[in-house]
Amino acid sequence: MDIKEVIDYLKSYDGRELKLMEVCGTHTAAIFKNGIRDLISPKIKLISGPGCPVCVTPTAFIDKCVEYARKPGCELLTFGDMIKVPGTNGSLSENKAGDADGAKANISIMYSPFEVIEKAKANPDITYVIAAVGFETTAPTYALMLQMAKTQGIENIRLVTALKTAIPALDWICANQNDIDGFICPGHVSVITGVHVYDSLAEKYGRPFVVSGFEAEHILIAIYRIVKQIEAGEGYVENMYPNAVKDEGNSKAIAAINEVYEPGPAMWRGLGVIDGSGLYLRDEYAAYDGGSKGLDADMTLPEGCRCGAVITGKINPDQCPMFAAGTCNPVNPFGPCMVSSEGSCGIWYRNKH
Amino acid sequence: MCVAIPGRVTEVDGITAKVDFNGNSVNVNVGLVEPKVGQYVLVHAGCAIEVMEKEQAEEIIDLFADLENLV
Repeated sequence: MDIKEVIDYLKSYDGRELKLMEVCGTHTAAIFKNGIRDLISPKIKLISGPGCPVCVTPTAFIDKCVEYARKPGCELLTFGDMIKVPGTNGSLSENKAGDADGAKANISIMYSPFEVIEKAKANPDITYVIAAVGFETTAPTYALMLQMAKTQGIENIRLVTALKTAIPALDWICANQNDIDGFICPGHVSVITGVHVYDSLAEKYGRPFVVSGFEAEHILIAIYRIVKQIEAGEGYVENMYPNAVKDEGNSKAIAAINEVYEPGPAMWRGLGVIDGSGLYLRDEYAAYDGGSKGLDADMTLPEGCRCGAVITGKINPDQCPMFAAGTCNPVNPFGPCMVSSEGSCGIWYRNKH
Repeated sequence: MCVAIPGRVTEVDGITAKVDFNGNSVNVNVGLVEPKVGQYVLVHAGCAIEVMEKEQAEEIIDLFADLENLV
């Protein structure tokens, strides 16, 4: 079987209407870039899930980061994705530019958490605070960095964490939204976790969970496998990205996660608090915690904003009235889904304009 | 956010490796994998998360070159 046969099959599919959710923002971008929707039957609907850590991070986290960035003797380090997310007292970007009195917050963009080690050693009087956002893919990098810091006796590093794990969120979606027929599972999360983490969900809900890479062919094959499973009345886990994803995942990364973090409840914008879906520093690493628990509050978004419905795949971004009217756009975003380069709204906007 | 990009390992020194991304050499933490010089690693946020074979890695390099044009 070749890719043409896969496309022919998906294009001519004429069974019941199916809703498939891609969980990863990079998949959302790849689906647009490759015009995947035009290659498959209109009866196969692709919807975007909560697959961007930036989009599900509540306002209280941004506010905490701004508080540190404004504090004398502190420098905040963040990935670039986060800097334009609106906070109660402005975004990190606005604070970096300075307030009305010209006071500027101390914020640096990082490319890797490991950068903080040399900075912290060179400037022991400065406390470096990391805005630690991410899923399982990113969690091990902060963990390795903290292990290094602890081993080297470096004390002037703090993490404000908004680290989340995908499985409890997928469980929440399956339990609360039973019209999703199958899931395209995130490739790079699965590099860390392996594929067996989806077994219990497939068994519990009887739906296909197929791990996919990021090429058009990868995604089409994953969709094909999901549709074939559904047509056969089955729902199980398949790894269609085996060149990168080992069934057992990366055992060293999993060990680092388990050594440094423990699970706890976490707030997902649009979904609410989900038990066991957050990663928090264990007691052995508590000295590095910058106050990460209970950052649940989210700002009230303008009337008409449908962020929650977008994140849970109930509507597509262009069905949100603020998106349709153009009042929410990448230059003037109201919600993180429009801010992040991997947020559903931002991806839809850039591809429609 | 979870984007990971493959690069070729040119030197390994303990848990740090020099990895070539389209001619740019970058220091990468390889504490989670044990790559050999010449192999490709999938790198996320300065950390190698998996070792890959050359041909498969190049397939993904093409995708990410394309994705850069999208966003």
